[in-house]
Amino acid sequence: MRRAIIKTGLLGAFALGAIAAHAEITIGLSLGTTGPGASMGIPYKNALQLVPKTLGGEPVRYIVLDDESKPDNAAKNALKFVADYKIDALMGSNNVPASLAMTQVAAEAKVPLIALAPLPQLAAEKHKWTFVVPQPPDLMMSAVAQHMKSRGIKTAGYIGYSDTWGDLVYNAISALSEANGFKVVTNERFGRADASVAGQVMKIIAADPDAVVVGGSGSPAATPQIALVERGFKKPIYHNPGTVNLAFIQTGKSAAEGAIAPTGPLIVAEDLPDNFPTKTVSLDFVKRYETMFGAGSRNGFAGYTYDGVLLLDAAVTVALKKAKPGTPEFRVALRDAIESVNNLIGTHGVYNMTPANHNGQDERSRVLVHVMKGEWRLVK
Amino acid sequence: MNTDIALWMVQDGVVTGAIYGLMALALVLVFAVTRVIFVPQGEFVSMAGLTLGTLQLGQTPGTVYLLVGGGLLVAAVEMVQAARLGLLRQRLPRLILAWIILPVAMAMLVVWLAPHKLGSWVEMALTLGLIVPVGPMLYRIAYRPLANASVLVLFIVSMAVHYALTGIELAMFGGEGLRTNAISDWVLGSGSMKIGAQSIWVVSASVACMVVLWFFFERSLYGKALRATAINRVGARLVGISTDLAGRTAFLLAAAIGALSGLLMSPITTVYFDSGLMIGLKGFVGAILGGMVSYPLAVLGAVGVGLLESFSSFWASAYKETIVFTLLIPVLLWRSLTARHLVAEDEEE
Repeated sequence: MRRAIIKTGLLGAFALGAIAAHAEITIGLSLGTTGPGASMGIPYKNALQLVPKTLGGEPVRYIVLDDESKPDNAAKNALKFVADYKIDALMGSNNVPASLAMTQVAAEAKVPLIALAPLPQLAAEKHKWTFVVPQPPDLMMSAVAQHMKSRGIKTAGYIGYSDTWGDLVYNAISALSEANGFKVVTNERFGRADASVAGQVMKIIAADPDAVVVGGSGSPAATPQIALVERGFKKPIYHNPGTVNLAFIQTGKSAAEGAIAPTGPLIVAEDLPDNFPTKTVSLDFVKRYETMFGAGSRNGFAGYTYDGVLLLDAAVTVALKKAKPGTPEFRVALRDAIESVNNLIGTHGVYNMTPANHNGQDERSRVLVHVMKGEWRLVK
Repeated sequence: MNTDIALWMVQDGVVTGAIYGLMALALVLVFAVTRVIFVPQGEFVSMAGLTLGTLQLGQTPGTVYLLVGGGLLVAAVEMVQAARLGLLRQRLPRLILAWIILPVAMAMLVVWLAPHKLGSWVEMALTLGLIVPVGPMLYRIAYRPLANASVLVLFIVSMAVHYALTGIELAMFGGEGLRTNAISDWVLGSGSMKIGAQSIWVVSASVACMVVLWFFFERSLYGKALRATAINRVGARLVGISTDLAGRTAFLLAAAIGALSGLLMSPITTVYFDSGLMIGLKGFVGAILGGMVSYPLAVLGAVGVGLLESFSSFWASAYKETIVFTLLIPVLLWRSLTARHLVAEDEEE
């Protein structure tokens, strides 16, 4: 009996030693890989096949749980990561409501969260633990607003999803309208899988705006685009970063031609001028992504996961000097380290975190693209 | 709102209403014959739309695996049952032909023809060939073993089948939507009163489908057998009508109607792996307006839903679904006060 205890003790000590020598870092991702957000969730997950296998030189384990893009599932997953897997950092989710649900868990459990969807302003405690990778909607939409101003557009119609995303894009474009000399004259809403948007489009055409802004994403955003073109609307149609993928063009076919959208620079990596700060990183990422997932499969979503991992990689290097992974001290050190990430070049832009700004991107993180001959190309 | 806009809204509402009408027909048919509230009816629509879209891209649609997998599953179930009855030897050749050789042959035909892009008509025929047999397969696997269960149990099974099919569709087609090529780009009229050829196709094919169904029920022996089963299951069995055959036929027709709707609507709307539920539910609202028993009333109800949806998307787009589904409450209230309750009737049996 005594011997057994000694043996176990020895084994335990040995095991501890092994853990100390190979401090594995564990990252938990909650993504909607099935359910209504699956078309975004799947590319977010795909990027994990391209990310570095180590963080700050230590081996890393990524655990992905499906939240079906539902906030309650995202929160449950986050709790599970914290309780069962003792993760060092959380990542997720691919949509706003689910990511918001995760910020609560992150703040309570004191775990850094790399949010992969743009978030509205958070309460202080949640803000402290949450870092947002995607460009904020107003930064993205400012590219659209400036372009509208340069074209002398005075009125814009709006049609967007009847959910948080539709609200975010509407609020962003409305907030920018006055400064850029135009008015948003309609606020129409549609559902992702709606069979028809005829009513909404008719109302926009009746209002006769100089341009239309669409607050949709991916292939569903093609529904209003097609309806507008079919009804003979010839003025510019602007979209948002969520729309920039191949499915939008495949669905919209010839009606998609000319659609304009702001996006992260990686989408048009080849078209970027050589002195563009992210060109090397963006180009390398899209090439590797398309080798693995097929030509034309590039998308901004995968880039967010990738940039999130780059942020962690930079921060883990610093945090490892202060504490061991798997401990509360390490999570605090990691949070502090992410907050002081400086000049990190990602696929989407250059990140400069500060205590006030937990996104850290600037105008180098967005470009305007348009559909030309069935491809997204840089607006020059 | 001026007359132009109103006319266009009516046109849009009638076209979507025609699809909902077909859904309502299939739902009433399946409910009347088998007492199943067939939630996954819309899944045939999305599967057909996505299968056609994948074929038009020159790729092999995932539905071939569904067909072969479903066939194998049915064959296994049937073999176990035949073995229990000691009839395996007699039934085996037919079983293998119907549930293994035919689905595999169909799947191979599609795999062989898919890369050649043989044009809309061939691709539509292939799509029908892939989707329609799934109807009877579903019946055999999910519903027949529970044919005598209560409406509520059958409804829960329907929910399960719906979730299973949506998951399978996501795996087969991925999360993005597809829009198929129109049969023709031809447009009738000009200016503000344009009617696309596809809209005319949708409405006329729906009407044709309804006429064919009417003839089937009024004139053919199978149709009469289905009606008899719908009116009184026990009575129908007593006069020698196989309720099993009636169930299979009902599901075959439902799958055919669903697949046809998918082919019709996929060029005018984007179809996603999870589009089916909404389309099915709207048809269901139409069917409820018709009391789940009358075909003409169900179709009228469905067209009404289409029109209501179209006009509410003009006036209050954010509340469109709310308006459509809220309509159910007064109708259900009125019906429950005036009509005899169907579920209660079943439970008295």
